Amino acid sequence: MLEDIALNVGEGEAVALVGPSGCGKTTLLNLAAGLLTPWEGTIASSFARPAMMFQQPRLLPWKRTLANIGLGLKARGVGRAERDRQAAGLAARMGLTADDLAKFPGALSGGMQSRAALARAFAVGPDLLLLDEAFSALDIGLKSELYRLLAGERAAHGSAVLMITHDLMEAVRLADRILVMSGSPGRIVAEHRVDTPVAARDEAWVFARTAEFIRWPEIRAAFALPPLEGA
Amino acid sequence: MTRNLRQQASDALTASGHYLWSGWGSLASLGIFLAIWELTAQQLGPLILPTPIEALTTLRGLFESGAAWPEIAITARRALAGFGLSVVIGSLLGLAAGVSMTASMMARPIITVLVGMPPIAWLILALLWFGAGDGTPIFTVFIACFPIIFVGAMQGTRTLDGQLKEVARMFGLSTWMKLTDVYLPHVVSYLFPAWISALGMSWKIVVMAELLSTEDGIGAALAVSRSHLDTAASMAWIVALVGTLLAIEYLLLEPLKRRVESWREFASSSN
Repeated sequence: MLEDIALNVGEGEAVALVGPSGCGKTTLLNLAAGLLTPWEGTIASSFARPAMMFQQPRLLPWKRTLANIGLGLKARGVGRAERDRQAAGLAARMGLTADDLAKFPGALSGGMQSRAALARAFAVGPDLLLLDEAFSALDIGLKSELYRLLAGERAAHGSAVLMITHDLMEAVRLADRILVMSGSPGRIVAEHRVDTPVAARDEAWVFARTAEFIRWPEIRAAFALPPLEGA
Repeated sequence: MTRNLRQQASDALTASGHYLWSGWGSLASLGIFLAIWELTAQQLGPLILPTPIEALTTLRGLFESGAAWPEIAITARRALAGFGLSVVIGSLLGLAAGVSMTASMMARPIITVLVGMPPIAWLILALLWFGAGDGTPIFTVFIACFPIIFVGAMQGTRTLDGQLKEVARMFGLSTWMKLTDVYLPHVVSYLFPAWISALGMSWKIVVMAELLSTEDGIGAALAVSRSHLDTAASMAWIVALVGTLLAIEYLLLEPLKRRVESWREFASSSN
């Protein structure tokens, strides 16, 4: 499914994998997360506290939101009072009210569930955050809100990020390095470093860079877009 | 925090409100049932079908003479012993079978046979093996309830959401935490309905077994009243039987189920 992949994520670095559906992005991410083991090749990770946010919020339906956010802390043996305190603090920064925290996930709106899922990932203070198209199903307002929360938490913890997305604009907005994948077999066909700091990327900059990016022949080929006229 | 408590209290009130309201519905349908019984009894005469009042009066007589309680207690003991055995063994084996694909494949034909085998056939075998006594009804109840509970437990484990398993692995949950925080809550939502239908089953089977194999218990009392052509007493025993079953289901199991699965209730009521 995947071929000849050499991928390295440095400490505190944000790497985005973009590519069409079915090119093996999720497989690659699951390999990095240790959810899958490779048939060939090796995966070495020196990250001690990875966390992942999935495409769907994947909260445990039988646990209240507060307990869901504290799940990773509980797994680390943090006592109840302490993890509730930490989870509640994080949730407040994520815009969840005390009311939301007392509800079961089924009673929360999709946006609130996504916030809770992001809070759950950040609760463990991850040094590597894996994002599996985590924002792809959200509306643009909520997306930009979550981008802001993500940037804030990243700055606070210095977490590295490995994200997969098919949204070029999202990659341009968040990543230090963008890798373009193409399918069957999945391989990395282009790499692009973004040097502008995340804080300095305003809307106009993001639009301009994305527009520029989408003209690249590698990207057009990977997403099976027709070649540009005169290019 | 007070706000939180108030929210929880109001949630609980809403939930019990729903429960009571559904209770009124049940009472109404029970009333209709009694009315149809009464009308039919008036048509057929007391020898064929006594009226509800006659049956209840006979039942009261049985209670007042002290004849009812010992028999009910004996029947309950047998039904619950068989049911309890199948709950413990069926749940454990079902969970184990659900974890392994091979085990579930192997269990399938056996379960098909167990489900397909009529309880009366088991009863005959049990009579040969255990003779007249507690062993026969307990075994028959156990073997009839076992496949229901086994299948419930197995499906509970098999249908465990792979996505939530990934979450559990990603967040480094220990085996114990996976069990208590992820697997059990899901499995319980399959197990509970299975337990409840098995309990209803156990009550029916135990009376059948007693009717044919023992000297005491509600089943034996039914056999006696039948041989005396005492329809009113038969009806009274049947009412006692059904009443006990309803009491256990609605006073014990249903509230328990509501409590265990409160997340489902709240999730669906607020969407």
